[in-house]
Amino acid sequence: MSAPLLEVQHLRKTYRTHGSTVTAVAGVDLTLPEGGSVGIVGESGSGKSTTARMLVGLEAPDAGRVLVHGQEQVAQPRGRRERLARARALQIVFQDPYLSLDPRVPVGAAVDQAVRLHTRLTRSERRSRVLELLTQVGLGEREAALLPRRLSGGQRQRVAIARALAVEPDVLVLDEAVSALDVSVQAQVLNLLADIREQTGVGLVFISHDLAVVRYLCAETLVMRAGEVVERGATDRLLREPEHPYTRLLLSAVPRPGRRSEVDGGTALSGRGVPAPGR
Amino acid sequence: MSALGAVVRPGRLSLPRSLRSDAVLLAAGVVLVAFVAACLFAPWLAPYDPDATDLGNVLAPSSPEHWLGTDQVGRDTLSRLLYGARTSLVGPLLVVVTSTVLGVLVGMVAGWRGGWLDATLSRVLDIAFAFPALLLAILAVSLFGKGLAAPVMAMSIAYTPFVARQVRGLVRSARSRPYVSAYAVQGFGPVDVALRRVLPNIAPVVLAQATVLFGYALLDLAALSFLGLGVQPPTSDWGAMINESRGAVLLGQPLTAVVPSVAVIVTVVAFNLLGEELGDRIARRDA
Amino acid sequence: MSGPLLEMSDVWLRLPEVARRPVLAGVDLQVGAGEIVGLVGESGSGKSVTARAALGLLPPTAEVEGRVTVDGVDVLSAPAADVRRLRAESVAMVFQDPRAGINPMRRIGDHLTESARLTGRRRDLDAARARALELLDAVGLPDPRRHLRQYPHELSGGMLQRVMIAGALMGSPRLLLCDEPTTALDVTTQAEIVALLGRLQRERGMGMLFITHDLDLAASVCDRIHVMYAGRVVEQAPALGLFEQPRHPYTAGLLASTPAIDGGGTRLRAIPGVPLSLLEDPSGCVFAARCDRVLDEVCRVLAPPVVADGVRSVRCARPLEARTPRHALRTECVS
Repeated sequence: MSAPLLEVQHLRKTYRTHGSTVTAVAGVDLTLPEGGSVGIVGESGSGKSTTARMLVGLEAPDAGRVLVHGQEQVAQPRGRRERLARARALQIVFQDPYLSLDPRVPVGAAVDQAVRLHTRLTRSERRSRVLELLTQVGLGEREAALLPRRLSGGQRQRVAIARALAVEPDVLVLDEAVSALDVSVQAQVLNLLADIREQTGVGLVFISHDLAVVRYLCAETLVMRAGEVVERGATDRLLREPEHPYTRLLLSAVPRPGRRSEVDGGTALSGRGVPAPGR
Repeated sequence: MSALGAVVRPGRLSLPRSLRSDAVLLAAGVVLVAFVAACLFAPWLAPYDPDATDLGNVLAPSSPEHWLGTDQVGRDTLSRLLYGARTSLVGPLLVVVTSTVLGVLVGMVAGWRGGWLDATLSRVLDIAFAFPALLLAILAVSLFGKGLAAPVMAMSIAYTPFVARQVRGLVRSARSRPYVSAYAVQGFGPVDVALRRVLPNIAPVVLAQATVLFGYALLDLAALSFLGLGVQPPTSDWGAMINESRGAVLLGQPLTAVVPSVAVIVTVVAFNLLGEELGDRIARRDA
Repeated sequence: MSGPLLEMSDVWLRLPEVARRPVLAGVDLQVGAGEIVGLVGESGSGKSVTARAALGLLPPTAEVEGRVTVDGVDVLSAPAADVRRLRAESVAMVFQDPRAGINPMRRIGDHLTESARLTGRRRDLDAARARALELLDAVGLPDPRRHLRQYPHELSGGMLQRVMIAGALMGSPRLLLCDEPTTALDVTTQAEIVALLGRLQRERGMGMLFITHDLDLAASVCDRIHVMYAGRVVEQAPALGLFEQPRHPYTAGLLASTPAIDGGGTRLRAIPGVPLSLLEDPSGCVFAARCDRVLDEVCRVLAPPVVADGVRSVRCARPLEARTPRHALRTECVS
């Protein structure tokens, strides 16, 4: 097959608020090869989360297309067949592990719901499939019976990943999926994601504000600012020889031991703060 | 941080929070169990026929034969109180069930669909809010006649906006939760998500609100009976009992009026406390 | 006063209603004038509670032992009025989320001059307003006069955190407690705020306690760092020394699991398991269950000893050798 795993063309989104228009995403293009991983890095208001929501169909883009294996993804699927096909193309893991699971549903059942929706497995087949998915993310039968509030943040995020994988998507979008976790747990989840990519061949779109985290997972990286992609390239090159001034600013702002930050703390740089889209 | 936040909240009393709220819940629960028991077992519990008059023994004070005395036609007050619980339960129950079902329906549609439909429904609800329930009920009585049916229907409609507005808010906030987005991304249809995923999550809050509404409905219906527009004699009803004993109060015999009044107050307060406590617990659980 | 501004010695804190293990267990901590001390740990490590203890802001159900003195005043036993005066004059705190600490319905100016308003004297209010203007300028806000009349929602998160810092400085504190002051902010804004805090601290000679979960950030800001785990200070050392030669296995694990922007390799050395919850109270070392150097018959039985050499200390029965250099790569970028 010649079509890439994921192709995003000129994705665009604007919001209208009180007569004025705010451009949240001003034309994002990206291509993800089979089994590849791409990082989208930016600060608040950069449009990276809006991009993620458009990828998985939670927001309808004003313009542009999302293609998976050359198949155009409908912006707002209608009917069961379209919805399921859309779901199998792209899944998402959200930032907040405390809010992204239904508080009323034990986590094993949460994974089972997804399996049941997307397969015709029998009850016992589903049971072993759920266990297999939970094992894949490092959880067991004991955790499966628990409600989300009984689990730690890291465990919940593992459940969210297992639930997304239950759909067997072509691409997994991770929207700041490790930002809310403790450092030691964050490392576990990053390693887990790397393993899963290797084992299942799922493509990863990894969205983060943290350049260092992206480096561990993504061969290619896009830097977004105010809705635009200001720089893109191989992650190693981008970190070693950043071309765009904003990428350089981001890099210089990363704290390093024994070195007080180079960014001027004298005055707030007005104009840097980009208004958040929407609302 | 989070561990601290849970304890730092200042309490109104020095009693440990859990103990205090347990006591409230227990007290309210005891009252309600007694209330429901009275409704169910009135024929066995009541010492006399509630409608049997005894003109030789009117306005009797409390005595071993008549614990709570007798009324102006010699009927046993305790027996009338127990039987009266039945009408006092059935009316509010009908009002609460009807208004909750209607309110959930309207609120879910408005909150879930949003857009022009939400705007229209919200305006209609605002207008409906402007009508006091009691006034609407009196209007219904004047159109359809006295009895339980007309006021119950009118009040069901009058209470619906309370439920609908609350459900709309809950649904709107649930909609923006990532777990609801996650269901949509997984491929679950919107109706499925709304009814089978979101509704069970907001149900406890709606139930708590319904409990409070029950208290209000009981109070409103008692007021109607007191005005002579609700349940008609000789059926025993707390509101009607207060009305009928007005003469006795003037004669210096307040017992027949005090007993049903206390029953109304205690029951309404119990329902309110229970509803609020349930709401508090849900809020704390979700925090 | 010549002693340290903040001194905590052997502080124990229990919250019987929510925690089975002590929330703080024998915390020792000193912050001197002109010094920035870092407090690093993951969620549940007790770092925020430590700062609150320094302010005497503890839940009523807390059981506290030990000594906490701020500017010579014993916070735990002094009369409430003394502690209040301490909070008004000697010590101030900057919190993680600037929006949570300010009334959204009130103007910035009213927020800053609040305590002067309470006295009700015209002269105090004028003085406070002048000081607020001066401080808004000092924290680098472009138009202090206009900001005084603005509402919180008109400012970005970074600008509002500057306002909160100005507010903390209104009473000219000698000790500033910063509880994750940049966690809610963007990376570039974080760099600005950190630089600002450093400048203000130097100019005013304040002592500063800087709380964060980010070891890299702490190392770039602080002179000395305390690493906390499950209510214990497990290691205490000068910032660079801690980075180059971590001695506690937890510190080493934390460093290895922090993604580095210029490190090598494609895989992180994650610490297995999860941080100790408030409901677990193991005997022996609290880190034993996650430790790769654990000695079963020692670490799971006995509380680990504190090994100190005057400059740094580590609470471990089997600390890493003092000379294993780690992350030597990362220190190259000191330019």
